[in-house]
Amino acid sequence: MINFHQVRKAYRVNGQDIPALQPSDLQIARGEVFGIIGHSGAGKSTLLRLINRLEEPSGGRIQIDGEDVTALDAAGLRRFRQRVGMIFQHFNLLSSKTVAANVALPLKLAGVLSRSAMETRVAELLARVGLSEHANKYPAQLSGGQKQRVGIARALATEPKILLCDEATSALDPQTTASVLQLLAQINRELNLTIVLITHEMDVIRRVCDRVAVMDAGVIVEMGSVADVFLHPQHATTRRFVQEAEQVDEGELHDDFAHVAGRILRLTFQGQATYAPLLGSVARETGVDYSILAGRIDHIKDTPYGQLTLALTGGDLDAALARLKAADVHLEVLR
Amino acid sequence: MDALTRLLHSLLPNVDWAEIGYASLDTLSMLGGSLLFTVILGLPLGVLLFLTGPRQMFEQKALYGVLSLLVNILRSVPFVILLIVMIPFTVLVTGTSLGVAGAIPPLVVGATPFFARLVETALREVDRGIIEATQAMGASTRQIVVNALLPEALPGIFAAVTVTAITLVSYTAMSGLIGGGGLGDLAVRYGYQRYQPDVMLVTVVLLLVLVQILQSAGDKLVVHFSRK
Repeated sequence: MINFHQVRKAYRVNGQDIPALQPSDLQIARGEVFGIIGHSGAGKSTLLRLINRLEEPSGGRIQIDGEDVTALDAAGLRRFRQRVGMIFQHFNLLSSKTVAANVALPLKLAGVLSRSAMETRVAELLARVGLSEHANKYPAQLSGGQKQRVGIARALATEPKILLCDEATSALDPQTTASVLQLLAQINRELNLTIVLITHEMDVIRRVCDRVAVMDAGVIVEMGSVADVFLHPQHATTRRFVQEAEQVDEGELHDDFAHVAGRILRLTFQGQATYAPLLGSVARETGVDYSILAGRIDHIKDTPYGQLTLALTGGDLDAALARLKAADVHLEVLR
Repeated sequence: MDALTRLLHSLLPNVDWAEIGYASLDTLSMLGGSLLFTVILGLPLGVLLFLTGPRQMFEQKALYGVLSLLVNILRSVPFVILLIVMIPFTVLVTGTSLGVAGAIPPLVVGATPFFARLVETALREVDRGIIEATQAMGASTRQIVVNALLPEALPGIFAAVTVTAITLVSYTAMSGLIGGGGLGDLAVRYGYQRYQPDVMLVTVVLLLVLVQILQSAGDKLVVHFSRK
């Protein structure tokens, strides 16, 4: 759906090129929720804006649905942008227009629908985001979550195939964030909409994304399914994000291990394996004792997962390890 | 009623109310005519200044430089000088350099650059995120100006019109110098030159009332169109 071939971007400041995005390749599939995570200044915002060419690439090629977007002329670019919705951290609604007029704006600009068809479409969109009774209010009269819902309705007005989300939940409180993410997941499912979102919160990625790219200093340092990246982070930046999300301090954890006897393992379960009574049966069969040092059972999007750090003592340790290796879990021996 | 007339006459012996009436009408028509043309010319000029300005959608260093210089030149010429320098041009446009028709061209030329700068400033106040969002919808520059920039800047533009209208009121007083007429002219000719303070007082009070009305009407419009 979205293909980046060696796309790069540099800003010219005082005659010097400041790189914002190093040459990058990226493939995003149709119907996927793709997350880009990075700290501010990592280049994620630039990457997102290259997709609808709010930023002009300095090199490389961007193909969307097989069409070379980098080659579009001004009129072609305008038509292309009508097929790509976008929502923003600060919503960017027109304060001078009512909720209904804000949602109608992309339709008015496209100029393809009659007045009555436009009204019907706006009513549909407002119903979808649950704001039907607020149609005639002005944005200043709405809460942050409601404003973002207007933003989403407006972005969906022209029935786009792609939705770009620029830190769409960063200005919202945790509860509102959850409901906006739920709405995004719902429209992704119901409309088969491809969603590309950028964020600095791993939790946002964990809740809605299928795949994720981690950015640091203009480079995509890690990319893969959210479960892989979340449960087995490779790059230091990714690990930091995961630790922030789990509020675990790795150093503290290792200090705790020093006082514990036996082998220390980390088990990672995914999907149905999360519910299998594995530990009890291994302990019974091999006579080992286990104590749980740290752990977390949660969901990545709709998939349950568990990650436990254990200490094993006594019994037939080798048999226990062999048994765990054979099971449907990911095993790391930490000590 | 008769007693009131006599009282007025004894307090303000030199005031010719018919003349005050004509002068008021002259001031109002000078103001209305010049404000209309100032807005018609100044609004596009302000939009152009904004669009071609530094780091804007249509950044054009050379064009912005020329427009900016032109605006600054016109704004630095004292209005009294502009009135006199413009006489040949005024005659060319309106056929006369006298009266209301003769006063309007210099008033418009004097106020347009001022108004255009205020419009430019009002447009710069519009959140860049709104421009970006409209661009992302696939809007052309013209569509962005008409559908997003101007509606969002409307309160600021009404404030600019108000300030400009009040500036024009004080400019009309100077147009008496070239035979422009109006209340300000009356104040200068009778009040100052003939030393009739009562005429001066009446004209100044009337100008004050006019300025008050303009300011409060302007404020009402600004509040009405502010949705923030």
